[in-house]
Amino acid sequence: MLLIHCPYCEEERPEMEFRHAGEAHLERPKNIAEISDEAFAAYFFYRDNPKGVVFERWRHLHGCARFFNAARDTVSDKFLTTYKAGQPKPDLVGAANMNIPAKSGKSGK
Amino acid sequence: MSSAGEHRIAGVGRLTPANPVRFTFDGKAYSGLQGDTIASALIASGVHLVGRSFKYHRPRGILSDGPEEPNALVGVRRDAARATPNVRATVQEIYDGLNAVSQNRWPSLSFDVGAVNDIASPLFSAGFYYKTFMWPKVAWEHVYEPFIRNAAGLGQAPTEPDPDHYAAQYAHCDVLVIGGGVAGLSAALAAAESGARVILCDERAAFGGALRFEAEARLDGKPGYDWAQDAAATLAAMDNVRILSRTTAFGYYAQNFVGLAERVTEHLAAPAADAPRERLWQVRAGRVIIAAGAIERHMVFANNDRPGIMLASAARTFLNHHGVAVGRKVGVYTANDSAYAAAIDLKKAGIDIPAIVDVRDNPQGSAIDEARAFGIRVLTGHAVTGTGGKLRVASMIVEPNKGGAAEIIPVDALIMSAGWTPSVHMFSQSRGKVAWDAATERFLPGTYAQDCVSIGACNGTDRLEESVSEAIAAGESAAKATRKRAKKSKVKIAVEGGGDWTGSMLGAGPNGANGKVIKAFVDFQNDVTAKDIRLAVQEGMHSIEHVKRFTTNGMATDQGKLSNLHGLAIAAEALGREIPKVGLTTFRAPYTPTTFGAIVGHARGELFDPARHTPMHESEVAAGAVFEDVGPWKRAWYYPRAGEDMHAAVNRECRTVREVAGMFDATTLGKIEVVGPDAAEFLNLIYTNPFLKLGVGRLRYGIMCREDGFIYDDGVVGRMAEDRFHVTTTTGGAPRVLQHMEDYLQTEFPHMKVWLTSTTEQWAVIAVQGPKAREIIEPFVEGIDLSNEAFPHMSVREGTFCGVPTRLFRMSFTGETGFEINVPADYGRQVWEKVYERGKSMGMCLYGTETMHVLRAEKGYIIVGQDTDGTVTPYDAGLGWAVGKNKTDFVGIRGLKRPDLVADGRRQLVGLKVKDGKTVLEEGAQIVADPNQPVPMKMIGWVSSSYWSENCGRPIALALVEGGFERMGRTLYVPMPDRAIEVEVTGTVFFDEEGGRING
Repeated sequence: MLLIHCPYCEEERPEMEFRHAGEAHLERPKNIAEISDEAFAAYFFYRDNPKGVVFERWRHLHGCARFFNAARDTVSDKFLTTYKAGQPKPDLVGAANMNIPAKSGKSGK
Repeated sequence: MSSAGEHRIAGVGRLTPANPVRFTFDGKAYSGLQGDTIASALIASGVHLVGRSFKYHRPRGILSDGPEEPNALVGVRRDAARATPNVRATVQEIYDGLNAVSQNRWPSLSFDVGAVNDIASPLFSAGFYYKTFMWPKVAWEHVYEPFIRNAAGLGQAPTEPDPDHYAAQYAHCDVLVIGGGVAGLSAALAAAESGARVILCDERAAFGGALRFEAEARLDGKPGYDWAQDAAATLAAMDNVRILSRTTAFGYYAQNFVGLAERVTEHLAAPAADAPRERLWQVRAGRVIIAAGAIERHMVFANNDRPGIMLASAARTFLNHHGVAVGRKVGVYTANDSAYAAAIDLKKAGIDIPAIVDVRDNPQGSAIDEARAFGIRVLTGHAVTGTGGKLRVASMIVEPNKGGAAEIIPVDALIMSAGWTPSVHMFSQSRGKVAWDAATERFLPGTYAQDCVSIGACNGTDRLEESVSEAIAAGESAAKATRKRAKKSKVKIAVEGGGDWTGSMLGAGPNGANGKVIKAFVDFQNDVTAKDIRLAVQEGMHSIEHVKRFTTNGMATDQGKLSNLHGLAIAAEALGREIPKVGLTTFRAPYTPTTFGAIVGHARGELFDPARHTPMHESEVAAGAVFEDVGPWKRAWYYPRAGEDMHAAVNRECRTVREVAGMFDATTLGKIEVVGPDAAEFLNLIYTNPFLKLGVGRLRYGIMCREDGFIYDDGVVGRMAEDRFHVTTTTGGAPRVLQHMEDYLQTEFPHMKVWLTSTTEQWAVIAVQGPKAREIIEPFVEGIDLSNEAFPHMSVREGTFCGVPTRLFRMSFTGETGFEINVPADYGRQVWEKVYERGKSMGMCLYGTETMHVLRAEKGYIIVGQDTDGTVTPYDAGLGWAVGKNKTDFVGIRGLKRPDLVADGRRQLVGLKVKDGKTVLEEGAQIVADPNQPVPMKMIGWVSSSYWSENCGRPIALALVEGGFERMGRTLYVPMPDRAIEVEVTGTVFFDEEGGRING
């Protein structure tokens, strides 16, 4: 069972308290009603599935109930960092022991 | 003395003759001593034959003295419910009255019919099951499958549910030490004396590890084993230490999370009634010290599996710890010095050692010199190429490696050692990568993935003195790393003696490789021979993972603790590649078999999946309700009266609601209180409906989509105040709707001032529906004008009901005049009883979920999840009116414009009228336009809801049909096995189409 650091509670808590909530940094377009089919597909359907660092959302469901973001390495299953929702994607280049994929994140996020 | 076995040697071993223990094996009474395992006690009585092998049913004995045992698996039976199969006789301690039985034999252990498999063994070579059972196809059902099912499985499962309970505990520590041998004890002492919180576990009954057999070692001037007991006692007395014996670290998971299984009562004759049978420890450790030791390997040669053939270290443990000689005339076959130590100990105890056969040409070392000094015949450069005997080894065939005459030497036991395999299982489970050490022919811990360290024999540290110093350093450094105020321990342990053994043999021995010889066993439990592994390579398996699966080498319950390296070496040789190039299979949890009981713990029966009951549950039980499961809820399904079946009860309830009134428990509906200055704005974005202009005191039926435009949930929303809404969801949808709302509120619309609170459990909800509904509730209501004008359909008022605060909803899921009485949950049952008492006197009935379903279907009201399947839009469901036309944004607004969602030919919700007027369609049945088309027919939809409607006097159904709205009045067909049922497409409202009743 992983230990996950909740950036709101500022504590490491067991994975059982959390629920995974999909890829992070996907912002709902402000003018969503007007966007093209392609833009909607990119927003709603397409997801990254890299071997290496993923940016993903978690919810501290059985704790503070807040959604937050995390960078996790899918190879080692280790969390590199967690941070509050709305904060920018952290610059992890140069961090030790990392497998940053060549292409990461969504355009414009 | 003889009462505890004629092979017990006076004055040898550590058990007390004054403590005899009586047990039975296959019905025969035996006697052992306190501290014996089943294995040591049986050997003390001269019993070596304890089981039959899995595939060939060959007679098998006791190979080891520990958890790595592949052969000596027995059933231990306390009673019909407490019968544990596949217990390792080398681990299970005896207790008074223990009842053990051998496995995998019929009718008896010494005469076994299945042994014919041994004679027919050419048919059962590696991968035989992939080849033998291919054809003819018909033989599968009548021959192969019954045969395989009969042969499959090991041991007998108990026939009754497990009556015992199992405990579970979480624990945190600075340092977890796995293994309580000399290294583990030393490390634990050092870490604990440095101030760290320490947990030390060992799978055996007593601490000491190899000191159980290593009789020469002295620590702090004491015999090694005595030192270990003192060290364990010292640790047990420390406040910052928890020591757990009979506790196996079975799984090493992420972030130093380690699972331990503690066997609490398995060794007791009369366990306390309230004692857990096992306890699962889930330990989170700052640092893990792995001191798992090493496992001795067997030699691979022809007929190396006869009872009486065992590991040298096992023979030494039985002698030095249990005081038991494994035979009177013990042969030795080895590639490692450790077998010499065993031979010398046996010789000293007066046992005849006819010969030590050493496969090495010129072994050097003190052990060899000492053996010769004892006058033991040492045959170097020789191999044992076969054995004689039937139910017990009777002789060994010895041949010089360079050729020459074979000699047959009579023996009644044969001990062997091919060297020691460091136990890297836990290290490997921690995702560490092992590295091949060519000089010593073994895999050792290489790259670490977690905060752990390996010490002692599992780290390849051979000398006792080095193990101890390595352990103290590891303990101190672990304490320093995990404790801010760690001090340096003063632990110093003086070491004398201890084995310094070299020598290793991987793979098959000389002549054991002979193609004609097929019974040189590599894996005893799965009956895999050296030849099987070569055959696998020959047949194209070039990866060790494929070889493993083709031969099943290492796939038995012992996970190949003895066999993996031999198998790997034989495969590598056959492939002409180096061992590290062929690779090692990954070790996975559990290290040894772990019971479901320990893993499941308390989570069984009612605690496995707790049922939720509404406050009115007991009243419903008293009223004779039959319940159905809806998610975790127990919901009243229908209320049969004497003589009524479900059909009759539901018909009566349906009629009564429409003619008089009915009362229904709607408590399980999800409820969310949405509060804040932006609450209306927020709901306007979450629902497809417009919400900004909903007046205070009014209700609205709302539909919620996902961004893809498909219906996610629905429910009635009431505006209690400008900034307060009472939202209801489907019963099953409550948690996910709250999650969905929170997600948007927290991450997409964080600027909104809105608070969401789940209130599902706060309110009991009683629906009263029917023409007399108002009259029934009227006397209970205070502060609310119930007249149709003051309190019209789809409105909500606050007042009191039976003197209890209420949110009274005027709404209907039946099409009748209806009320939903929300009262605080604690008052639910009293209010229910009051309303029922009055309603009953006026002809009202109770109705359950089945009647609720029928009545709503008569009105064409959908149930999300039944009439929708996650691909249905509000338009498809005929609910386009619920999508706000003037809204510029809501969740799903863009999804609803997707090309496929606006295209023609979508499945749309329609009614179906069965032409014969009596057949109730099957829910889920497919619908076709032409029943005479060839199979496979084009299916254009399916029946989502179907009931007999007593009120309509005919069956009714809802269905999702391609282009359904365009097919009104058309005839379609529902093909069934015997015929195609003719149906007509209709609207979805079957009863009171004008809808006047609801406003009554």
